Amino acid sequence: MRGAGKNPEEVIRGRGITVGFGDRLILDNLDIDVYRGEILGVVGASGTGKSVLLRTILGLQPMRAGEVEVLGVPYSDAAPAARSAVDRRLGVLFQHGALFSSLTVLQNVQVPMREHLRLSPRLMDELARLKIELVGLAPDAADKMPSELSGGMIKRAGLARALALDPDIVFLDEPTSGLDPIGAADFDALIETLRDTLGLTVFMVTHDLDSLYTACDRIAVLGDRRVLIEGTMGDMMAFNHPWVQQYFRGTRARRLGA
Amino acid sequence: MRWVDLVKVEARIAPLKAARPGDGRGSQSARVSVTETGGQLSRSSTGGVARLVAGGVWTIATADRLEPSIDEAVNTLRGTVEIDLGSIVQIDTAGAWLITRLERELSARGVSVSLVSASENARRLLEALAPAERDVPPPPETIGVVQELLEAVGRTMVRSWEDLKSGLGILGGVVRGLSIGLRHPRRMRFTSIIFHMEQTGLRAVPIIALMSFLIGAIIAQQSAYQLAYFGADIFVVDLVGILVLRELGVLLTAIMVAGRSGSAFTAEIGSMKMREEIDALSVIGLDPLHVLILPRLIALILVLPLLTFIADVCALAGGGMMSWAYLGLPPDTFITRLRDAVALNTLFVGLIKAPFMALIIGIVAAAEGLRVAGSAESLGTHTTSSVVKSIFMVIVVDGIFAMYFAAVRY
Ligand SMILES: Nc1ncnc2c1ncn2[C@@H]1O[C@H](COP(=O)(O)OP(=O)(O)OP(=O)(O)O)[C@@H](O)[C@H]1O
Ligand SMILES: [Mg+2]
Repeated sequence: MRGAGKNPEEVIRGRGITVGFGDRLILDNLDIDVYRGEILGVVGASGTGKSVLLRTILGLQPMRAGEVEVLGVPYSDAAPAARSAVDRRLGVLFQHGALFSSLTVLQNVQVPMREHLRLSPRLMDELARLKIELVGLAPDAADKMPSELSGGMIKRAGLARALALDPDIVFLDEPTSGLDPIGAADFDALIETLRDTLGLTVFMVTHDLDSLYTACDRIAVLGDRRVLIEGTMGDMMAFNHPWVQQYFRGTRARRLGA
Repeated sequence: MRWVDLVKVEARIAPLKAARPGDGRGSQSARVSVTETGGQLSRSSTGGVARLVAGGVWTIATADRLEPSIDEAVNTLRGTVEIDLGSIVQIDTAGAWLITRLERELSARGVSVSLVSASENARRLLEALAPAERDVPPPPETIGVVQELLEAVGRTMVRSWEDLKSGLGILGGVVRGLSIGLRHPRRMRFTSIIFHMEQTGLRAVPIIALMSFLIGAIIAQQSAYQLAYFGADIFVVDLVGILVLRELGVLLTAIMVAGRSGSAFTAEIGSMKMREEIDALSVIGLDPLHVLILPRLIALILVLPLLTFIADVCALAGGGMMSWAYLGLPPDTFITRLRDAVALNTLFVGLIKAPFMALIIGIVAAAEGLRVAGSAESLGTHTTSSVVKSIFMVIVVDGIFAMYFAAVRY
């Protein structure tokens, strides 16, 4: 399942995405493809619009032009019912967690289950606790309120909620920022296991070179309001662009490669 | 968080809340149709060994229909059981959990269980779930209704005491801030004070003027009817003048300001508290009381008497217009009569109360704002209680002033 097969199926297809605020364009005529079963890492300097791209694909950010297809559905202008059917197969971890502050972690994980499925309360509790454990939180975190969690715990709780329905695609916005290196490595390993067992497709915005090296099958670099280059780590190394060169071959990167 | 996100969040939260008291099920309309081919758990037995064959789709979408057959199997099977996973076509963590649960519960009843012909995928998933917690912690004990009621009363008492303490604390801080401000005028935040005077004062003028005009008109019209029975319709002027200037002008203005600015004040401070902005201020070496609360409070104290005066004038204008319309009392007669009926001290009785009411509104709003905890819900609760408490306190203080002025015959 790893990498792009012979006829890779596109689960996300964005064409000509153009987004701006006021008179400033953030993304200009950007094309992006994500294939089933891959982990795509999206990198780029701070403020190049990675989060904006993620929000645009999810339909949270209006586009000036372009179209987005998610799981074969024209998501950007789908009817509410069709959208809801797709929503059920997506999981999102926002950059700042975006947990519902008035619900406990357990209830947060159960929100998508209650919305989309009918499960017995017992099964729902068990599944939610399972997800909470799966992402590496201690069992007693389940009954805490989001305001009582540390930054890293919020990330994990957010991932547990994103995984609540065993989605086809998860969107992760900087999942490992704010985690200790061991926790971050566990997180990457977890994502890979889930991808291998569940056939998950992962769209991951990250600054973490470790994640890019170990977990990602493909990397897309954002810059100059578009995708500068997409490809494997090898392609990145060979690509001749000052920012990309410095990013992947700078001191921090060399230390990793050595 | 932007508005778009908020709407989405609201929409998703709503069914959850609605469903909580019932059986824990979500709304029907939002449900998505699941895969047609469900999962099954069928049973056969060969020579003393019971065989359970799991087949079809074992995912979170089919879990609700699989759960009863699992419970049934747990309750009826004894001896040796073999679970055959060979004909499962699709499995996810929910399905794997059901199988794990089946295995564990059977083992717990002394049944010897073995899993056979699991696919590569299923095996990996089952392995991932193997270390999962065995038992769900018991729900917290519920206490009886009576005890809960008692507890609520006690909690309210304690909280009222804490309200008083924190209110006094803020008052003390404000007095200290003011005295520092008077000694070092350059430390006063004049820009901020002017800004808040505009927000709470200038922008409130239209609504307060309109409201007072209508109230004055309504009082005049109602009393004109009643007084006409005694042929005493000229006393409408006295009634409107005294009622509006002494009580209603300041009271209604204070209530409007509590609803309009007190709530905004609580919400602003509360959301800053939520996002650690207040902590950031203290770390930078700025006193939140000095930076956030004092300017708002000073603005409120300066502005409320002015608003009250505007309210008084507009209410009298409304009363005068109604007297003209209903009693044929021309404006100049109304004004002459008003001058005879109402002494200047009547106006002052109303205006003197205004700064005290402003102080109460400001302190209650600040105290509630600072008490906001981490959640959006708590922000809402405290904003509501800020408005409720300050309106209540404004009315109580108005009553105390009424007794005081009666005692000193002013
Ligand atoms: N709501 C908004 N209004 C105006 N400008 C915005 C808005 N949201 C984002 N921007 C701008 O869009 C640009 C891209 O922002 P974005 O959050 O996508 O950055 P990013 O690539 O995710 O950065 P980081 O790595 O720091 O998270 C930034 O310049 C930001 O100022
Ligand atoms: Mg970002």
